[in-house]
Amino acid sequence: MAAEGHGGIDALSQFKLVPVFGHLGETLHISQANVMMAVAGVLTLLLMWVGMSPRAMIPGRLQSAAEMSYEMVLNLCVEQIGHEGKRYFPFVFTLFFFILFGNLMGVFPLIFTFTSHIAVTLALSLFVFLLVTFVALKEHGLHFFSYFVPTGIPVVLTPLMVLIEVISYLSRIISLSVRLFANMMAGHVMLEVFGAFVVMLGAAGGIYLVPAALSLSVNVVLIGFELLVAALQAYVFAILTCIYLHDAVHLH
Amino acid sequence: MREEPGGPDSSFEERLKAARSRRGLDGPTEPKGFNPDGLESSPMGIGLRVGIELVAALVVAVAIGYGLDWLFGTKPILTAAFVPVGGAAGVWNVWRTFAPKSG
Repeated sequence: MAAEGHGGIDALSQFKLVPVFGHLGETLHISQANVMMAVAGVLTLLLMWVGMSPRAMIPGRLQSAAEMSYEMVLNLCVEQIGHEGKRYFPFVFTLFFFILFGNLMGVFPLIFTFTSHIAVTLALSLFVFLLVTFVALKEHGLHFFSYFVPTGIPVVLTPLMVLIEVISYLSRIISLSVRLFANMMAGHVMLEVFGAFVVMLGAAGGIYLVPAALSLSVNVVLIGFELLVAALQAYVFAILTCIYLHDAVHLH
Repeated sequence: MREEPGGPDSSFEERLKAARSRRGLDGPTEPKGFNPDGLESSPMGIGLRVGIELVAALVVAVAIGYGLDWLFGTKPILTAAFVPVGGAAGVWNVWRTFAPKSG
């Protein structure tokens, strides 16, 4: 997979989508990304359902995980958005766990990381953007458009500033999606490149086994780093959604 | 005689705290790389954020300029006009992200 016939390192083929489930999947265009998305959803449900089923006074490990993650996202919403944040908690919770499980599952070998596709992250951020705009319009009506008119500047500059504000507002879609996508893709390319080093240098044998071992240890470090990035990026996506929702609810 | 924290006369909570910090159980409550805003605080994280903010605004501006050019048939003019505006919006994004909070 890593080192293809002509001696190069093909680090990008891991992101290729292939139909699964044979002929049926081909007809319905089901790729491994779709399957992993469903798995992420099911795992989140399982964590909550199985974790909370003992309803113990002193929670076990799984129940603790379920309770703490629930409280963490709830605090995030309330702290960032304010008291109204509780209304958006289900949305932020879903978003956070969908991305978190997508990122974390991708760290395991042979499992496809659906968050490494710009199509997926762009769809998510577009959804966030539309929701934020919808919330702002619903809360403030046409007054929402005053968000784009900064105060305390010369009248002559107002049209230019409005244009800049609109572009800045629209650029959220890009920055939100590219941040997640770039982080996940870069990490997986690095893993693949160093993995290919291990294979190629290891196959050469002799003195080359030393750099091969070094590459392997780099990969071990990278896996740990990937775990951090996976959690951090899910958190960043959730907190930025909260910040945008705060702007939409409070308009400044 | 000076009482050492965690000495026999301290309250239980204090002694527990001292014992925990001796054993290194009271690590920083938040993992490294987090700040109160919850966004990356490592130099690389900041650099990546600035880069993405700058480029994102530029991409949006160029897309708008190109779209308007296509609409009005004024091929390069509006795209060119939107490039500096997009750059300005990018800098504005960065400033808004990293500006010191003014109350």
